Amino acid sequence: MQAEEKFTPQTWPESPEKATLEGKNKFLGFWLFLGGETVLFASLFATYIALKDKVPSPDHMLAKDLFELPLVFVMTMLLLTSSLTSVYSMYHMKNYNFKKMQLWMLITVILGLGFLACEFYEFHHYYTEYNHTFTSSAFGSAFYTLTGFHGAHVIFGLVWMILLMVRNAGRGLSLYNAPKFYLASLYWHFIDVVWVFIFTVVYLMGMVG
Amino acid sequence: MVNNQSNSNNPRLNYDYRRKKNAEGMRIQVATFTLMIFFTVVSFVAVAADFSKWFVVPFILLLAVVQVGFQLYYFMHMSEKGHEAPSLFMWSGVTIAFVTVLAFMTIIWW
Repeated sequence: MQAEEKFTPQTWPESPEKATLEGKNKFLGFWLFLGGETVLFASLFATYIALKDKVPSPDHMLAKDLFELPLVFVMTMLLLTSSLTSVYSMYHMKNYNFKKMQLWMLITVILGLGFLACEFYEFHHYYTEYNHTFTSSAFGSAFYTLTGFHGAHVIFGLVWMILLMVRNAGRGLSLYNAPKFYLASLYWHFIDVVWVFIFTVVYLMGMVG
Repeated sequence: MVNNQSNSNNPRLNYDYRRKKNAEGMRIQVATFTLMIFFTVVSFVAVAADFSKWFVVPFILLLAVVQVGFQLYYFMHMSEKGHEAPSLFMWSGVTIAFVTVLAFMTIIWW
């Protein structure tokens, strides 16, 4: 099966992301990368757990003074919903419906931007209201490194999806770009996987002390 | 090569079958999503309700693990066939991740 071959919904293969050799290789390589990312985030989580609430003097804010559950809840819902919308996007990809795939990916991007806006607000709030900065304490460094790394992944994922949508807008769906969309969606799910642990370990466990 | 996953030689039949199968898969994904939202809400409520720390921490960690399992096995399709290598990569990553977190939690005690 060739990458440039033209398809109809009837002839479109069942697993388009793995129908070409390039697709198969990308699929394998990307999962290996995600395994590595798991280890990367584990080291950041371990550092955060070790340095949580380690501040040089009592006038520094601790986790339970900083975090606000309503904002974290909104961020969680935005990211979780964006994960479902990217599942919808891949559903339409498998049905060879390019327009609907693009539409659902656009919704995913919008929800991701909403999450990012909340995170910018959150960091700004800590910085201006509580003087909780990257260099203010070991706690601050560990907190911003972990959540910042996740935020950087969100930015990267958004740029990736926007570029894919724009670049392929006039091309339609093919076996050349189907693996690209599929991997971007996998990456986006992985960002949500990391966030599930961030909201649990950092925010919720930060509130219980 | 086209439609090689199916047994029938009638492409129209394969097409209808696959459309149906995809739609069925999507219903399972939405059900998974509903459960994930539910677990998230339960986690937040457990923390907001101010229960004992010794109950809340293991409880919300358990819910997080279940949610991540859903995300990996359903949203990321790891439960489907052809995901043996991804499973190996992810479980290797999880093993190292677990050891890393355990080491940091036990070595650093101040």
